[in-house]
Amino acid sequence: MAVDQSIQRRQSQLTRGKLPSYAVWVVLAAAVILGAALSSLIGFSVAGWAVISAIVFVIGATLVTAVAEGGRKATDRLVTYLVYGAFILALIPLISVLWTVLERGLPGLSYNFFFTSMNGITGAIDNQTVEDGTPVLGGAYHAIIGTLQITFWATLISVPIGLLTAVYLVEYGQGKSLTRAITFFVDVMTGIPSIVAGLFAAALFALLFGPGTRMGFVASVALSVLMIPVVVRATEEMLKIVPNELREASYALGVRKWRTITRVVIPTAISGIASGVTLSIARVIGETAPILVTAGFATSINWSAFSGWMSSLPTYIYYQILTPTSPTSPDPSTQRAWAAALLLIVMVMILNLAARFIAGLFAPKTSR
Amino acid sequence: MSSNLLKTPKDRGRAGDKIFSGVSLGAGILILVILFSVAMFLVVQASPVFTADPETVTGGEGFAAYIFPIVVGTVIAAAIALLIATPVGILVALFISHYAPRRLARIFGYVVDLLAAIPSVIYGAWGYLVLAPQMSTIFTWLAENLGWIPIFAGPASQTGKTILTAGIVLAVMVIPIITSLSREIFLQTPNLHEEAALAMGATRWEMVRMAVLPFARPGIVSATMLGLGRALGETMAVALVLSPGLLSASLISSGNQTIAAEIALNFPEAFGLRLSELIAAGLVLFVITLIVNMIARLIISRSKEFSGAN
Amino acid sequence: MSKRIDVKDLNVYYSKFLAVEDVNINIEARSVTAFIGPSGCGKSTFLRTLNRMHEVIPGARVEGEVLLDGDNLYDSAVDPVTVRGQIGMVFQRPNPFPTMSIRDNVLAGVKLNNKRISKSDADALVEKSLRGANLWNEVKDRLGRPGSGLSGGQQQRLCIARAIAVSPQVILMDEPCSALDPISTLAIEDLINELKADYTVVIVTHNMQQAARVSDRTAFFNIAGTGKPGKLIEYDDTTTIFNKPSMKATEDYVSGRFG
Repeated sequence: MAVDQSIQRRQSQLTRGKLPSYAVWVVLAAAVILGAALSSLIGFSVAGWAVISAIVFVIGATLVTAVAEGGRKATDRLVTYLVYGAFILALIPLISVLWTVLERGLPGLSYNFFFTSMNGITGAIDNQTVEDGTPVLGGAYHAIIGTLQITFWATLISVPIGLLTAVYLVEYGQGKSLTRAITFFVDVMTGIPSIVAGLFAAALFALLFGPGTRMGFVASVALSVLMIPVVVRATEEMLKIVPNELREASYALGVRKWRTITRVVIPTAISGIASGVTLSIARVIGETAPILVTAGFATSINWSAFSGWMSSLPTYIYYQILTPTSPTSPDPSTQRAWAAALLLIVMVMILNLAARFIAGLFAPKTSR
Repeated sequence: MSSNLLKTPKDRGRAGDKIFSGVSLGAGILILVILFSVAMFLVVQASPVFTADPETVTGGEGFAAYIFPIVVGTVIAAAIALLIATPVGILVALFISHYAPRRLARIFGYVVDLLAAIPSVIYGAWGYLVLAPQMSTIFTWLAENLGWIPIFAGPASQTGKTILTAGIVLAVMVIPIITSLSREIFLQTPNLHEEAALAMGATRWEMVRMAVLPFARPGIVSATMLGLGRALGETMAVALVLSPGLLSASLISSGNQTIAAEIALNFPEAFGLRLSELIAAGLVLFVITLIVNMIARLIISRSKEFSGAN
Repeated sequence: MSKRIDVKDLNVYYSKFLAVEDVNINIEARSVTAFIGPSGCGKSTFLRTLNRMHEVIPGARVEGEVLLDGDNLYDSAVDPVTVRGQIGMVFQRPNPFPTMSIRDNVLAGVKLNNKRISKSDADALVEKSLRGANLWNEVKDRLGRPGSGLSGGQQQRLCIARAIAVSPQVILMDEPCSALDPISTLAIEDLINELKADYTVVIVTHNMQQAARVSDRTAFFNIAGTGKPGKLIEYDDTTTIFNKPSMKATEDYVSGRFG
């Protein structure tokens, strides 16, 4: 009995030399007070207070730990605070972006926005709207149509080329020098700046059809340059994880290689491929720069990707902000731009979620 | 041996194999052709500018004098972006992979992936309409108190549309990219290595330093380089946020320009020699990003040999 | 519906590396032949040359002849696809196609080759093949379910059903039981005994008891050391190999002194 009691009374060996948990809160309180004092010295602001308090807290907590628990624990604690701090720091602008788009974009999502173009909308009309306080006229219908067409053609070009290239890399070209060359240049392509891809398409069509050729399809070609490497990469990864045993099983049944690829390998990997393609669409749907230099800009609906200038959501946002329809009262233009931004983000998010959904939907059937 | 029953009378079915392998080979070669023609078309269309009378080139002193300031501007903007985005991006990735509670980590992972997919024009719009006005007060303060440092020399921009703001917007864009890529690498760290470190009595940071970072180093480098490539080539954010001007050391007054923004702002109205100038500028940008990518690949292949990661 | 195999002076290479050297063997129709030997002795490699499956690995090639009822598999005009249609194969790990149902797995050889088959013919073929693989009673109520939902032993029998559905002359089995539990193994061994009524069966196995239980003839392969080619040491009736082998190495191996 006596022995037991002595063990209970004694402080645990395992917690000896460790700071009590309330110590952190003490340091935090001190830091907040000190932060308030220091920030009022250089002109008080909430942001300044928060920043200075945070710095004081991190330094203080690290020093206290260093004294009480030693250097190793102090370093550990410092890094922990830095990691959390970086997260909060990164969160502020990103939340600000999302919040701004939501807050300013939501009021603009009206029937007009979705189903009318900017055809006939002039500065005078916007001025009138602001004066009367009536709902904003004009919308992004033409830009939505343009975005869908340009992206559609880009997908139609990129997916077959990307898919077949990946098939070559994984199924036919193992160990060949051509494979190494293609892999290398696909890597290079991944790094092409989007504006350079735009210039390429513009230069190509300028050579073929004369200078200044701008139409939706040129933009699609530009986007394909950006999209193909993404499709190749995603497909390649997915084909590589298809077990070799399935290919062998198919060959052993006397099935030809191309049938094995099209009927066994690709179906097994289809979920990953589809999700990769969806992500690649999400990547290019918001591209602005290449469209700027290839498709030009339009205010009215253009149903043909093969003739005439064409607007898209990203270029629509760009021009509405940079050159408002009415320079004297830019608010209607700004509102349209944010609404378009919100729509674009929603599209990208839907594509991303769809990619995850597809990945789950077509996943190889397992158990039960 | 003509009686061999295994011989197929006609080449039935073999044609399918030939066609399919031929088509996929063709697709692969097409990619090489595309890339080659990207380079060729740019060179052909840009070439007039190299032979033109220097006085006819914008600025009147030839192409080199025209391109130099905007190359420097591009590098400055990208450097600011990386200086901010690399440490923050990596720490956030570490937070998500090793520090945040498990359930939250999954959600944060999704969110970061989504943020990486937000179109750049939206970041540009945010920088133009939200961040720039906020920055102008900070710039004024910097010019008053730290004006003796060349990069903070006044006069501070009243609109906040400076290269520092552009750099910050680029950083905000690049952070999700670096985070998303590094997080994936961090999560692939062999559990055994981590557990071995913890079993030796390492603190969490020591475990990260001993097991996670060495394993992830090539991945971090490639993530950073990809971020750099994105920052160098990014057009819209800069075109919207920066009010361009001549090359200047001050980061807080208007001035400087990047290649991509220069092209985007001027291309729609350009023709003739001006067009060639801009395409040549695009070629320069292409070469710069190519070099960055090559260096990244070199570093990755080097460090792969030493990291002990299999 | 069963053919014999005669192998003459066969060498197997991976690029420049000689993996199996100078094999001569005659495999009777409607019999079970077992290949035994220590790991890495080339018995699986050799088995894969019997239906030209080794060609799937880049750089692999052979010298010599493999005759299926007198027809050389390696004649330059012979399409490997035709060979594999006549000589089926079952692998070490069960590998049903994960995207297909049980029924589609059985019909895979027919459907993947785009051969037309009426529904009633298909139903008959599925039932016949699954009965042939002793699996019919276990799965007849869930033919539409994915094949990967079965147990390991059932999956392996599904793979055997899939192989016999294309009505081959010969069935090659590459350690078909090594990934299975003892009860599933017993089911496969029973099945092998039944299969030999209609097919020539060649089985590679690590397990000497298994070879003794299922095979009529046994071939012992050995390797002199790492980097050296594998060789056929002795080929005889199974009872002879296990009771009074003529070679010292065989005796050492079957009596458990090495390997």
